[in-house]
Amino acid sequence: MGSTAEVTMQRPAPVAGAWLHGVVRNIEPVALAMIVGMDGGPVRAVPAAGLIAVVSAAPLNEYGEESLRRNLEDLVWLERAARAHHAVVETLARRGPVVPARLATVHSGDDGVAASLAARRAELVATLDRLTGRGEWGVKGYLVPGAASVNAEAASAGGVGTAYLRRRRAQLTAREEHQQVASAAADAVHAALCDVAVAGRRHAPQDRRLSGAPTPMVLNGAYLVDVTELSRFTDLLGQLGGRHPGVRLELTGPWPAYSFVADRPDPDGAVGESR
Amino acid sequence: MTAVLAPNSADDSLAYRPVALVDLLDRVLATGVVISGDITLSIADVDLVRISLRALVASVGALASPENTG
Repeated sequence: MGSTAEVTMQRPAPVAGAWLHGVVRNIEPVALAMIVGMDGGPVRAVPAAGLIAVVSAAPLNEYGEESLRRNLEDLVWLERAARAHHAVVETLARRGPVVPARLATVHSGDDGVAASLAARRAELVATLDRLTGRGEWGVKGYLVPGAASVNAEAASAGGVGTAYLRRRRAQLTAREEHQQVASAAADAVHAALCDVAVAGRRHAPQDRRLSGAPTPMVLNGAYLVDVTELSRFTDLLGQLGGRHPGVRLELTGPWPAYSFVADRPDPDGAVGESR
Repeated sequence: MTAVLAPNSADDSLAYRPVALVDLLDRVLATGVVISGDITLSIADVDLVRISLRALVASVGALASPENTG
């Protein structure tokens, strides 16, 4: 026991984990230094297996499992975290393909991040290839309140009470039919957009209490679109809007390809490659 | 008509299209790659995500003015 080369730092419990933003093929350190991460400081690169994970320092008192569970229930915290994470991913996406991480993917340290990259290298590379030159676009469809109440006026025979009931029934039927027409239109719009997109999937319609929309949402679609096909996609969207007056269509994007990096294929085939 | 979770344009110095929080949450919570690691949290669990979305609906419901339910 002659050696005194005990130089390795005795690391106690790690105090800062690594919040994963996404995985890219390559990025210059200079570019990363200008991207602000979760804690207000710059993000950093964790290189492994020929790929680069972009991470933020995530102090475990805020981002550890216990705290994270609590914080995710807090709307103000959730919004701040979601926007900070998105800002990083979006900046990366503007420079090239990025595999975005789901919100709150926290590792206890860089070693864990590197190990995941190595373990999933093939899959990540394939996803990066698939996303190259493509962007995600969102199309939301809202029911347009239409002639539903007009038909109802016809019912006027009988006493006041009967007339009311008849009118009420007619209104309800009209609303149901209206809903059905809108939902069929949503299916048609989604199918048509999938023909031009590389892939398409439908998210659950948004709760109106969250979206603040005046009418129900019937379509919450996401489409992976080739840059070269973008004008065809938006043209088609315009045509579809004219063809289906029962649904108001709204385009959002470009998004980083959040909706097209699912690690498991959806059991009901929601992530469909359309060609 | 103001959306309940209106886009917050103030924090985006680039004149980039502001993003509605609800659209963002569709994407960052419900999808996205999950790279599991040593202490990767069960946040990726659908259950937990559902819980937080319920809490979210509740908090928004409390914030939103009652007459806005037309």
